[in-house]
Amino acid sequence: MKHARNPAADMTIWAAAIAVLGFLLLPLVIVLLYAFDASSVQVWPIRALSLRWFAATWADEEVRSALLVSLEVAGLATLLATVLGTLAALGMNGLSTRSMQAGSFLLTLPIALPGVLTGIAMNSFFSLLDIPFNFITLVIAHTTFCMVIIFNNVMARLRRLPPSLREAAQDMGATPWHGFITITLPLLAGSVMSGMLLAFALSFDEVIVSTFTAGSETTLPLWIFGAIRLGQHMPEVNVVVFAVIAITILPIIAGQKLAASASREH
Amino acid sequence: MTQGRKLLGHIALLVPPFGWLGVFYLGSLSVLLLSAFWQVDAMSGEIVRDWTLDNFRILFSDTTYSIIARRTTGIALLVTVTDIILAWPLAWVIARKVGPRLKLTLLVLVALPLWSSMLARIYAWRLILGHDGVLNWGLRLVGLPDQNVAFTNIALWIVFSYLWLPFMLMPMVAALERIPASLLDAAGDQGATPWQVFRTVVFPLAIPGMAAGSVFTFAVTQGDYVAPMLVGGAGSEFIGNVVYSNVGVSGNVPFAAAFSLVLLGMVAAYMLLARRFGAFDAQ
Amino acid sequence: MKAYGTLLLATCSAILTTQFSTAAHAQAPLSAIGKSEGDLNVVAWEGYADDAWVKPFEEKTGCKVHRKYVGSSDEMVALTRMGGGKGFDVVSASGDASLRLIFGKTVQPVNTALIPAFDDIMPELKAPGFNTVKDVHYGVSYEWGPNVLMWNTKDITTAPTSWSIIYDKAYAGVITVPDNPIQIADAALYLSHTKPELGITDPYELTQPQMDAVVALLKEQRALVKKYWALASDEVDLFKSGDAHVGAAWPYQANTLRAAGVPVQDTIPTEGATGWADSWMISAHAQHPNCAYLWINHVMTPKVQAQQALSFGETPANTKACAEMDALQPGSCKQYHADASPAYFSSIKFWKTPVRQCGNGQNTCLDYSAWQRAWQQVKQ
Repeated sequence: MKHARNPAADMTIWAAAIAVLGFLLLPLVIVLLYAFDASSVQVWPIRALSLRWFAATWADEEVRSALLVSLEVAGLATLLATVLGTLAALGMNGLSTRSMQAGSFLLTLPIALPGVLTGIAMNSFFSLLDIPFNFITLVIAHTTFCMVIIFNNVMARLRRLPPSLREAAQDMGATPWHGFITITLPLLAGSVMSGMLLAFALSFDEVIVSTFTAGSETTLPLWIFGAIRLGQHMPEVNVVVFAVIAITILPIIAGQKLAASASREH
Repeated sequence: MTQGRKLLGHIALLVPPFGWLGVFYLGSLSVLLLSAFWQVDAMSGEIVRDWTLDNFRILFSDTTYSIIARRTTGIALLVTVTDIILAWPLAWVIARKVGPRLKLTLLVLVALPLWSSMLARIYAWRLILGHDGVLNWGLRLVGLPDQNVAFTNIALWIVFSYLWLPFMLMPMVAALERIPASLLDAAGDQGATPWQVFRTVVFPLAIPGMAAGSVFTFAVTQGDYVAPMLVGGAGSEFIGNVVYSNVGVSGNVPFAAAFSLVLLGMVAAYMLLARRFGAFDAQ
Repeated sequence: MKAYGTLLLATCSAILTTQFSTAAHAQAPLSAIGKSEGDLNVVAWEGYADDAWVKPFEEKTGCKVHRKYVGSSDEMVALTRMGGGKGFDVVSASGDASLRLIFGKTVQPVNTALIPAFDDIMPELKAPGFNTVKDVHYGVSYEWGPNVLMWNTKDITTAPTSWSIIYDKAYAGVITVPDNPIQIADAALYLSHTKPELGITDPYELTQPQMDAVVALLKEQRALVKKYWALASDEVDLFKSGDAHVGAAWPYQANTLRAAGVPVQDTIPTEGATGWADSWMISAHAQHPNCAYLWINHVMTPKVQAQQALSFGETPANTKACAEMDALQPGSCKQYHADASPAYFSSIKFWKTPVRQCGNGQNTCLDYSAWQRAWQQVKQ
């Protein structure tokens, strides 16, 4: 790229990019740093460092049960969304552009419309039908907004397939199960997997829709909100965030690698 | 294979996902639509199912709500523009300037915040912007005067721009990656200045990416209530806060539903606009 | 999935017939406390379900406590109603929420014979109007206290004695008040002293002209307010970070801040104060009624009553808690008026739900939905 061989412009772009990255990461650094705060009320700068909140958090049964609920909800919602999102992508593959756009628009609605809307709509829906709020309503809600992530990923992959394979996938509904398992599925696996990771992350950190559909269940973000309200467990919140990042950093890297290799396979 | 069987195959595949959406999502939205025309009994909190336009009458006659709607939309637009500007240099570097290894690292760093509690990160901004926070500490260090942005709409603007930046970055990286290097080289060969290349080649090709990202930044800012609650101040009420407090606080679902319909209208209008710029085409 | 099938069926029938199911009938109160069900869903004020007394309860009874916190009575009512009231077992309702819960059939009558500590409750709180209707007890009085004026002693060196300081332009940008429609009553109480010509006798019974005057005052105040705090921790943060110097508070925040080394002081100003009297109530659809009774009995013991009083900064309903308080913190029984001076009790204007009927028999007062709308107009 000859035009970009302008050192001054290059430097400016790099400097701006690094500044933006800093803006993106600064709050996270603060959260991680304060996991080691000795005090229970956060004050800048940190007055003393300690590991005591790690022990306290580990011993906190509420955190553990909230973590478990979150893992279960996110896991189940991701699985359901994967099946539904993949079906949608396969079913829409080969349809006219108009119907594809309409379908994609519809699937995008639950995530593009504000959470508070989705939340209150589902809340009124379940209340009207006298369905109690519990684990199941939570999973239903999360599945609904996770579907589009898988759909987008699979659709993008299908678009990049060579025409012959793509047509084979188009006849999906009519070909035997065997062909799907041996040919189409392996082709889609990478994009499905990276979509699943994203969907899981989305569900795992969702607050607003959960607030309206959780009933007495407490997911991790809802526990965190409770802790923030009280203002006395903030270091525990930081420890939890720290632990979640530590545990998920490998899957994130794997997910990005998958996404990268999926987009390179033209 | 006949066309009929093929169509049947499509339908068989599409029934489960769209059945799910139809029942749980469109079903929910229709209940919301209905309940906007109902009312709530103040003392018992029961919903009274008499048809009425009172909720809308209050919404459109009381200036409080139009002030809130204008504030919400204004900040959402501001955040969208800010994120587009902020995303450009980083998206360009990630998409076109670095090798695969560094690219992977940068993408992981961008995705990292999405894996760590949004609430905790919003909360961290209090520690940064507060009167005795990180920012003023830094300013004092270099001898600059204190700022006073904590719990203001400026704080809200900063935090929103921060929160949704990754969602603008991702589609923009994807859009910029897709520009063929040959196109840029050709433009350069013809003697175009970098600015001309940017204006005539790069920018137009990035529009779908920006449109896709903006759907998210705009819509999610419009409907949020958590950030205004945690980092906003007096005069930071959002539509989301009114909706939340009517459902989660005063139990007035019908009124909340009516205001959400206004929100729905605005976001849907924006989505349709974004569609014209290709927000839902590429991926 | 059975739930899925039922759901589909329910959807169809609801959409086709638009027949709406009504809430199931309330359960009859227990006649004896049986075996623990293993779980208890609690909806409580921030600071009302502390590990200090939750952990011993869990060990003693085997009921695992699941907590949801709220920061206002409105939120409490909304949360307990969500899902037809099946999502919670007990709730610590203040006087302005309890009647709404009773009339909304969200809570069930309490069999006081199963609550040994009931006899020790101070006489004013045994059958107060906010939890007892037509001689039926729907709740057990728990603790009570005043909303206080709190200030940072480093920034404000002369101790304020009047609520006027939170309406004072000299403190623009460093004031914080609760984000709660019932806050209107605080302004009304203040106006009842500074503008007697308005004729406000009860801050919860306001006519339209009186409300207009209160709203005008509150709108002026908005320009001075740094933040309306919705969560107890908001106010703690505001004072800690130096963003607020003075505000309306619960004693809980003052205690938390002092424990963190922030120099704050709190007082009941000369105009008096609004306040709360809370009751534990049991859901009409409680899934764990035995644990609910076990919980109420636990928190009504003098020890927990004392712990709660000291951690939040309020007064226990159980008259036997006095000795326990002094044992935990000498002199605290007197400090928090747990030796129960009736004069102190009657000086607090306890929260109640505003209704159309004024105390004078007229129907010219504004009901709570009008208060909520007015508060939204104030906040904008």
